[in-house]
Amino acid sequence: MDEINKLSRRTLITRAAALPALGVGVATGVAAQQPATGFEPPGVPEWTTRQGGAFINPPYGLPSPFEKDVVRVLPGGNIPFQTGSRTPLHRMHGTITPNGLFFERHHAGVPTIDPDKHRLMVHGLVDRPLVLTMDDVVRFPSVSRIHFLECSGNSAAQYVNTNGKTAQQIHGLLSCVEWTGVRLSTVLAEAGVRPTGKWILAEGADGAAMTRSIPMELAMTEAILAYGQNGEMLRPEQGYPLRLFLPGIEGNMSIKWLRRLKVGDAPFHTREETSKYTDMLPNGQSGQFTFMMDVKSVILTPSGGDKIIPGRFIEISGLAWTGRGRIRAVDVSVDGGRTWREAALQEPVLSKALTRFRLPWRWDGTPLVLQSRAVDQDGYVQPTHRQLVAARGDNYFYHYNAIQSWRVSASGEVSNVQV
Amino acid sequence: MSKSELLVAVACGVLIAGCSAPAQRAVATGAGHYGHGRVATAQEIRGWDIDVSPDGTGLPSGSGSAVEGRKVYEAKCVSCHGVNGAGGTAPRLVGGLGTISTPKPVRTVGSFWPYAPTVYDYVYRAMPWDRPMSLSANEVYAVTAYLLHANQIIDEQTVMDAKSLPAVRMPNRAGFFTPAEDPAVRGVRCMQDC
Repeated sequence: MDEINKLSRRTLITRAAALPALGVGVATGVAAQQPATGFEPPGVPEWTTRQGGAFINPPYGLPSPFEKDVVRVLPGGNIPFQTGSRTPLHRMHGTITPNGLFFERHHAGVPTIDPDKHRLMVHGLVDRPLVLTMDDVVRFPSVSRIHFLECSGNSAAQYVNTNGKTAQQIHGLLSCVEWTGVRLSTVLAEAGVRPTGKWILAEGADGAAMTRSIPMELAMTEAILAYGQNGEMLRPEQGYPLRLFLPGIEGNMSIKWLRRLKVGDAPFHTREETSKYTDMLPNGQSGQFTFMMDVKSVILTPSGGDKIIPGRFIEISGLAWTGRGRIRAVDVSVDGGRTWREAALQEPVLSKALTRFRLPWRWDGTPLVLQSRAVDQDGYVQPTHRQLVAARGDNYFYHYNAIQSWRVSASGEVSNVQV
Repeated sequence: MSKSELLVAVACGVLIAGCSAPAQRAVATGAGHYGHGRVATAQEIRGWDIDVSPDGTGLPSGSGSAVEGRKVYEAKCVSCHGVNGAGGTAPRLVGGLGTISTPKPVRTVGSFWPYAPTVYDYVYRAMPWDRPMSLSANEVYAVTAYLLHANQIIDEQTVMDAKSLPAVRMPNRAGFFTPAEDPAVRGVRCMQDC
């Protein structure tokens, strides 16, 4: 991210020379005059002197070509089985992720599903096993909710190293959109869940046919069968035409390209909740069914890869989130965690959604370490990196939510460190 | 159904617009409200009901041993998973026995997976990576038997089927637990002299 350069002597001289020319034009009363050249005033840039582009060019609008670097990226390396693309958190504003920048994670590629041919089956311990079309699904009463989605493997590399450079590379398996769909409880009521039904197997229609077990309590409260994403249908990468969405819960459980819900009386212990998405402790035991995404935050301005200038006011800004509900506070430290100040939160602070925090600041030019630390409505506080690793060891892998430290060097370069 | 639940169900049936099922119980009861969708037939369910539980529920008829399984593996799996399951572009499937509780655990099907039927479930639905659900039941039993044999869990001649596969005891069967307490690590909100 380039900073604006201070005014150069040359620029000042150029501006001073431009003034007499304008003065001459006004004095003689010439009606039309050629605009002065150059994009800075008094010059007039070329785009002000000509027709612009046409409507619907293209019909689905795209960002300015000058934003071409604000895209998703894949982790470095030419490997055949990529794990997922990252959202450019460090280049975004507000709290909502545009659909084209939503992170991707899949296990067998993105399927191309004809919505007219897609079916959802609800069966097992129900009174009426059902087959639903998308036309059926969208005719149920709908709800819309703004929530984040985070992969439980987000930031996993941070447990053991600091190879990631930018906030995108380190924490980019995170996005936040408005989801629209039908409550899962409504669809389950349509099928009539039997009292013995305690767990639901959710299964996808992609080549991985991925499965997870969903506890009934979760299914009956906030779970949504979503088809809308920021006002349009889900993107293919996010599960078009239908997905399960579980607010605040590890992303893997929000099964995409949802084709089947099977009600059972016990967890199904699928590969994704045994071999994967289990948390290994130092004693070799692995914790299962650890669904909750913990409280977390990251400073995005300034952040890894940036270069800042001393003496100028900037706003330290970033995002905080928690699977437990609302963010209560975010504290910021500019001295590596010795002292902290509470940042301002952008209203409205929504439950299980990204929350923007801000703190005005002026860098004095000395090397230092920036940190943010979030507190959620239930009083959970983000741990330090050392605290997290001490408790969990090196092989835990999932649910990394420690405080992110950014070192600012004497020359203003911002880098990923652990202190 | 209790009287109050019946009243709610009836009230919701009458006032369909804007009425959602109350969520105070973890069970949905009462008549369907909207009549959307159609009842699934047994045949339709059978075609999609492909999951296999740890106790073997869902395993189809068929069988195979590591003898046939080696041939399936070498034809369909070795290009990604490597010779003898040593790994390649796709993860290692064999070995790592006894490493799980060490500082450098090697997680494979043999050393880490708690249940043998899950191997059947996963291989049938997701493998081979480029042609999932292309293996026959016999092929899936056979390659499952091959992986179990390569991991020194069963003999080469042992036949895996709907009865014998759930009876296999995996080495890491006792390696999983559901945390009784919240596994979140709680930070401290110190503000000065931290």
